[in-house]
Amino acid sequence: MVRRVGFYVLISAITAFFALPMLWLATAPFDDNPRIGLHWPRDWSAANVRATLGHPYALGSLANSLVLCAVTAALTCAMAALAGYALSRVRLPGRDAVLYLLLLLSSVVTGTAAMVPIFILMTQLRLIDSQLGTALVLTGGLLPAAIFILKDFVDAVPRSYEESARVFGASPGQVLRHVVLPVTRPGLATILVWAFVNAWGNFLIPYLLLRRIEVQPAAVVMKTLQDEGGSANLTVIPVFSLLYSIPVVVLYLLVSHRYGFRFHGGIKS
Amino acid sequence: MTTVAPPASAGPTPPTPPTGRRGRRPGRRRRPRSGAGRDVAGLGALRGAAFVLPALGTVGVFLLFPALWTIYIGITDYRLTGEQARHPEVVGAANYTRALDDPLFGNSLWITLLFVLGSAVIGQNVLGFALAWLLRRAAGWLRRTVEALVLLAWILPSTVVAYLWITVLDRGDGTLNALAGTGGTAWLLTYPVASLVVFNTWRGTAFSMLLYSSALAAVPPSQLETARMVGASGWQTVRDVVFPHIRGHVLTNTLLITLWTANDFTPFLLTAGGPDHRSEVLPVFVYRTALEGAGDLGYASAISLLLLLANLVVALLYVRLLRARGVDGGADGGVDGGADGGAGRSAGRGVDGGAGRSAGRGVAT
Repeated sequence: MVRRVGFYVLISAITAFFALPMLWLATAPFDDNPRIGLHWPRDWSAANVRATLGHPYALGSLANSLVLCAVTAALTCAMAALAGYALSRVRLPGRDAVLYLLLLLSSVVTGTAAMVPIFILMTQLRLIDSQLGTALVLTGGLLPAAIFILKDFVDAVPRSYEESARVFGASPGQVLRHVVLPVTRPGLATILVWAFVNAWGNFLIPYLLLRRIEVQPAAVVMKTLQDEGGSANLTVIPVFSLLYSIPVVVLYLLVSHRYGFRFHGGIKS
Repeated sequence: MTTVAPPASAGPTPPTPPTGRRGRRPGRRRRPRSGAGRDVAGLGALRGAAFVLPALGTVGVFLLFPALWTIYIGITDYRLTGEQARHPEVVGAANYTRALDDPLFGNSLWITLLFVLGSAVIGQNVLGFALAWLLRRAAGWLRRTVEALVLLAWILPSTVVAYLWITVLDRGDGTLNALAGTGGTAWLLTYPVASLVVFNTWRGTAFSMLLYSSALAAVPPSQLETARMVGASGWQTVRDVVFPHIRGHVLTNTLLITLWTANDFTPFLLTAGGPDHRSEVLPVFVYRTALEGAGDLGYASAISLLLLLANLVVALLYVRLLRARGVDGGADGGVDGGADGGAGRSAGRGVDGGAGRSAGRGVAT
């Protein structure tokens, strides 16, 4: 009996610990008089929402995030799919060495460890303030893990599909388009979502490389809003945080529901 | 993966019983069929290489090259502004000897150590295991709710969670002060490192929780039953029955979250180095050295190289341990958090590569 009570007390305490900071996101956006601390709103209103939508940079930054992450996800998925397939099916010289190198690169060269050379590199390439440049850097960081995941995935696909197609006279291009692509779709979708989510939450690389507020994604603008201070702070930030968080949560739920496994963001910075 | 020989009526191939996994067809003059890397689509080595090139090229330019270039920049006196910005000179190991004497660097190392030990090695590990242990036989709704909350803390973007915790820890109106009655305590100013430790524990526990959940699911239930029947207490059960099974996982998990935490830039969003460098973890130190004030890029590069080397040591250790455990280390290191660690998941779906994988591998990630 004591054990039971102890269990419930402990679980409640831990649950409260995790829930408390996030509750603010549920109340503050719609609070007529938003304050820093968590409290039940006396008056509910949509004034904050209107203020956020009218803010010069709020929606624009969300659009920037969308573009940046979509490009990153597309590049990552496409390049990783090609590489993953080739590494799985074709016997290339030095394959094992390449795989081992990728494995190490993915965990060793983090955004933090490489921030200085990347900053200098992009400055000298004149790719500062370039969304494509930032997308490429993000893609570079995500590719090793993505290649691994997709290679694993293709390894698991029985070769008999492709073999049968070849036996019936399909060219390699046709085999890829009509046999491989449909079968690997779940893996591709996973990588797309995973890369998107990772890029969406990434703060350091955009903070480093995108200096003008017009091109900055939501992650950076969120910090800019905080630093600005003032009363706009509490009217805009709660709604903005909510808008910024919702896509990630939705994507997570979608993937989790659709593919029956729980998936969470991988390498973060 | 076993391949199936094509049926007898399938055209030009003479039917041959499959010899084990690899059917050798005497009539065919194709590239040797030997296990992995069988080019079933007929790509050929040239096109195969062309497929790999874009990815390797991008990784090479934006990941590998910077990592190697940092070695060179670390031996120059390159700066953001001033004379050294236009004509950087090689200064040999001067940056490294400077690091040895630099009190700010030593300070940063010490704070990073506290941060990693407190929030990762102890915090996330213990809390993650505690949650996995407590929830393992909890009612479905309870387990799902708690896990969802813990996971939410992990998947929300870092700028958002940093701000959420700023609202909790705020001096005047913060939630913590309001609840605990400690009005007026500026937590982030007075106890910056402790605040960071609590924050990061909150942030990252999800990964450890999921990992230990899978690991616990693989502990033979009969042993747990036996322990319960002989009246072992919870703690004794964990120590004597569970721990021997999960020892390997504890080690690999600790290595992984140590690596992630040591490289985590999020403390910058909370304290930006803290009042007067008092919460300056290594990532923040590198950033401020490189891009604030004088902009000492050469020195920051040298520090970055040290961090890279430390990462390398941990990563090598991690891969070593995975291989020793008899698990295919290939995808695990890179995949880590990317794919779920649920043991039940190795049922052929999703990203873990399916049926051929051992259950142990599902647990490892």
